[in-house]
This record gives sequence, structure tokens and C-alpha cells, in this order.
Amino acid sequence: MDDLLRLDDQLTPEQRMIRDAVRSFVADRVLPDVADWFEEAVFPARELAPQLGALGVLGMHLDGYGCAGLDAVSYGVACRELEAGDSGLRSFVSVQGSLAMFPIWKYGSEEQKQEWLPRMAAGEAIGCFGLTEPDQGSDPAGMRTIAKQDPSGDWILNGAKMWITNGSVADVAIVWAQTDDGIRGFVVPTDTPGFSAPEIHKKMSLRASVTSSLYFDDVRLPASAVLPGVTGLKGPLSCLSEARFGILWGVLGAGHACLESAVDYAKTRLQFGKPIGAFQLTQEKLAWMAVALEQAGLTALHLGKLKDAGTLKPHQISFGKLANVRAALDIARQARSVLGANGITLEYPVIRHMNNLESVLTYEGTQEVHLLTLGKVLTGLDAFR
Amino acid sequence: MNIVVCVKQVPDTATERKLRPDDKTLDRDAVDGVVNELDEYAVEEALRLKEAHGGEVTVLTMGPAKATETIRKALAMGADKAVHLSDDALHGSDALSTSYAMAQALKKIGFDLVILGSESTDARTGVLAAMLAERLGAPQLTLARKVEVNGSAIAIERITDYGYDKVEATLPAVVSVVEKINEPRYPSFKGIMAAKKKPVEALGIADASVDASAVGLAAAYSEVAEFAAAPPRAAGTIVKDEGDGGVKAADFLASKKFI
Repeated sequence: MDDLLRLDDQLTPEQRMIRDAVRSFVADRVLPDVADWFEEAVFPARELAPQLGALGVLGMHLDGYGCAGLDAVSYGVACRELEAGDSGLRSFVSVQGSLAMFPIWKYGSEEQKQEWLPRMAAGEAIGCFGLTEPDQGSDPAGMRTIAKQDPSGDWILNGAKMWITNGSVADVAIVWAQTDDGIRGFVVPTDTPGFSAPEIHKKMSLRASVTSSLYFDDVRLPASAVLPGVTGLKGPLSCLSEARFGILWGVLGAGHACLESAVDYAKTRLQFGKPIGAFQLTQEKLAWMAVALEQAGLTALHLGKLKDAGTLKPHQISFGKLANVRAALDIARQARSVLGANGITLEYPVIRHMNNLESVLTYEGTQEVHLLTLGKVLTGLDAFR
Repeated sequence: MNIVVCVKQVPDTATERKLRPDDKTLDRDAVDGVVNELDEYAVEEALRLKEAHGGEVTVLTMGPAKATETIRKALAMGADKAVHLSDDALHGSDALSTSYAMAQALKKIGFDLVILGSESTDARTGVLAAMLAERLGAPQLTLARKVEVNGSAIAIERITDYGYDKVEATLPAVVSVVEKINEPRYPSFKGIMAAKKKPVEALGIADASVDASAVGLAAAYSEVAEFAAAPPRAAGTIVKDEGDGGVKAADFLASKKFI
């Protein structure tokens, strides 16, 4: 399939090599099995983590402590190639690198960094991130999880988190909780007594991904478990900005996989004596899909360059997450219609991506919240507070 | 051990490959270049030998400026340095003159072991290892599915139609490998970033003491006389099974001399 705008010509030779390395990895180690993982609702996190670590994917945009120290565009390109495999794979990497490693790297003590980051970069330790709660999604400021310091200085953590990617397979959880001083982050080893993380089942989306609830029942943590570098919601929100940047690139991969599948199918599926790709209605669908994908690619590349220049603003990430997820979901739905009945089977990647993208539309800031963020920038009026 | 891996840039086999209408050579500008797949196995084997025995891995590539991308990939996998033999005079060289130019470069670099893929996906002559060995006066150990080095002794398992041969020789030697030998590593992100800083020496034909009149299109012993696009695949023949399907299938196979 032709890449109409040849956006990848804008990449440096190193960025193209990163693209090719991740693409080969996904082709060899993920694509042959991912439909089965999806059907069976499993994600072989323990098996894949060290392989992803050896490749250098985990915490790739962080410096030091065994991380690769890549620029933002490289990080984006890698996310794109991972999500061309499956949004669950990219979610694993986003959570590990941007939601679990990033807060330790940015706000952690030297001891916390030394203890966790090298092992997490190597994929020997898996992390998760606990912000969302059963009753607090878009409005995390109202979280009920609470940490209180007892006279010995230990922290006692109580509460629950929900929709936590990697929760049941994690070695360490970054948990955000109310304290007397406001919201703080805690580095919680998952073998701490009182911590439990049952997996959430019956999902119809991100099936090749581990999603869990986290429960804290008088979880006792040493005083040193708190992330010393940040207080307040800006801590978790800064992590989400990192992860959303990966998403606005990642969904390009899902969209590309769907478009490619639709183009291949349209060229080979014969009806009325000719390929369905020769019908104008099909060509119109394919052309709009390609236009949407390339426009999303332009957005991602532009935002990547802003991030590398250090000028990227949170509302610009909202723009990218909102626009690109929407584009990828529309592409997936159109591709599904091109494939007809075959579009609903796991023999083709389309329905898998389509269902996954329904989660991606919601997590890490819903479409609605990102719309209100842009609305606020445009009008100066805050619609949700 | 001083190992030199010969790595060729070839057109991506996933794209449509074309010959240039003017001089009937491969149109390298029209397609994306990739590392010849079997050469990746050669790089991997060189890196494993280095990891086991110490030493240095040098990449040698002959090709136009664009072949730098291929060199960088081999360096990202872990090779230490590279030599890029590049000269307009080399354009259109056939296997014989390529082996001459490469051998001259290898003499200049120096080596204990030369290792390369057993053939390239573009020209597919599969003769370079043998020609290099002859020109260098070194033993050739080709089509290796396993390589073992012990001091100055080298032994390989050479795949054959009926199994494998054990071939032994003394270093320095030339080895070509097949895809059964290993599983090439992915270049890691750290390797990719480190490759930027590794030395790549540019070598013209004069630097490698290559006689200009012995290389290039004019000096080639083989010539592409003419070429045409592959014809579109013809429709197959449908044979109806009227109780004699087995006989018809056997007749077909016999007519093609399969049985």
C-alpha cells in the first residue's frame, strides 16, 4: 500500500531504524499470535516484557537507569509500530514507560530510581499506575483512596482503583492517594500485605491486555514509599500527558493496519466479476480513510517536533489524542465495512483494532474531557468546574 | 579475532524491483534498500563469535552512498566499525569484478575471518564467498549452518542435499552462512543510538588499490542482454475428477517430470 504523503521521509535515519526494529519485532513475535491472545483474553506479559526490554522499548524516552534516552518522535514512531500489532501491546508499553517508570524517574528519590528503573527498563519488573477509581474517572480530584501517616512515620493506604492496565501482573504499583497534604504518589510493591489485584473479565475490548482492580486494605508502607518530588494532581496528570503523547502516535498504527487490510481485501475480493476495490463506493471509503490517516500522521509528527523542542502544551496533546483516536476509530469502522462479513472475524485484524479503539477513545482522558479542554482554551470558559 | 562481515544492500524484496532501461543494471534509486537477509545472519554469527572469543567485528559494504543505511543497521546490531567501498567506477560490476574489488579491500583491512551470507536476494549468484576465498588464497567454508572456532582452527557444518558435511580449515578463512545458522538479533534502541558514533571509513577504488579498468559495467564478463517484465500469472487448468482424478494428477506430475 502506498504511503500517500511519505511522511516517514521526514524521519531521521535513526528514527527509521527504530521503526524497522519495532516493526520486525511485532511481525515476528506478536502478529502470529495476537488474534489468539485476543480470543483467549490473555496477554503473555512475563514472556514479552524481557524481550521488549532487550529491544529498548520500556522507558525508551527516559534518560539513564538503563533507559534508551530517545527523542519524542522516536518514542512516537515506536508506539505506532507497537499498536499496529495491537493496542494492548502498546498499552503495556505506555503504562510501563510513561505511567509507572516516568513518575519514579521524574518525582522519585534516588533510592526509588535505583531500585526500580533498571529492572523495569529490562522488563524484569512490571509496573502499573493507579489513579482511576470505581467512582472517579474523569474527575480524579475526588478520589477516595487515602494514605495516612501513623506516629512511626509509616503510611497506611486504604481504598480501591479500577481499570488498571497490568495490575494483576505488576511487581510495583504507582498509587495516587489523598493525604493531609493533598494528593501524593506512592511506590507500592505488589507483594505488600493488604494489596490485591484481581483481573477484570468479560471485556470486549483490549482483550490482549491485563486489566485489573486494585484493593488496598491497610497496606503499610515505609515513609520512603512516597514520591518526594510532587504533591497534587499535577503529578498524575503529567504522567498522563506522557502516555497520551504515545497514544496519539500509537493509534496511527492501528489505523494503518486497518487501512492496509481493507486495501488488500478490496483488491482481491471479487463481486460482480471484478475486485470490490474497482467500485467507486469502495474507493471513496479507502480514499477518505487514507486522508484521515495521513492527517493524523501530520498531527502526530508536528506534536512530536513540538515535544522535542520542549514547547508542547497539554491542550495540544488533548488535540492530538482526541483527533487521532477519532480518526483511527473511523478508519477501523470503515475498514470493517469494506471487509463485509470477514470484517467481524479475527482472521483479519480489523475488528480487533476496532474494539480496542473503543477503549482507547475513553482511557487517558475521554473524548469528552479533551473536547472540553479545547473548548476552554478557545473560550476561556471552564465547562467542567 | 579480527572478523570482517561482508554486507550488501539489496532492494526490499517486498517491493517491485526494476532494472534501469539505460544500462540494464538494477535501479537502486527506485526502491528502498535493506540489508540482504542472509547477511544479517552473517552479522549475527560474527557478533556471537566475537562474544565468545573476543576481537573486533568490521562491516565491509560495497555499494553506492545510499548503502550507508545498511552499514548503520549492522553497526546498530553491534558491529564495531565499518568500511564503505564506494566509487562510481564500481557501478555495474559483475560477480567476478565485485569479488576482485572486495578482495582488495579485505587485504587492506586485514582479517582472521571473513563471513558473509551465502547469496544475495537480488543477483542470487551465490558465488562471492568462493571467489573471495580464491582471490585471498584462503580456505572457503561455504553454506555453513554451524561455525566453531578453536584457536586458529575453524570447523563448520556445510548443508547439503542429503544432510551436512563437516568441513575444517585453518584461519584465516572465508565462511558463508545459511539461514539455519542462528536467529539474528533486533538492533536495540541503545545500539541504534550508539551506531551513530561508530567509525565508518570511506574507501575509493584507489584507496583499495583496485584497478579501474578491471571493474564496472565495461569490465563485466557477464551482460544483461535483454529483459522483460514477468508475464501476469496465467489462469490455472481445472481438471474435473470423474473417478480418475488420481490418474490425472499423476499424469500432470509426470508431464512436468516431478514423478
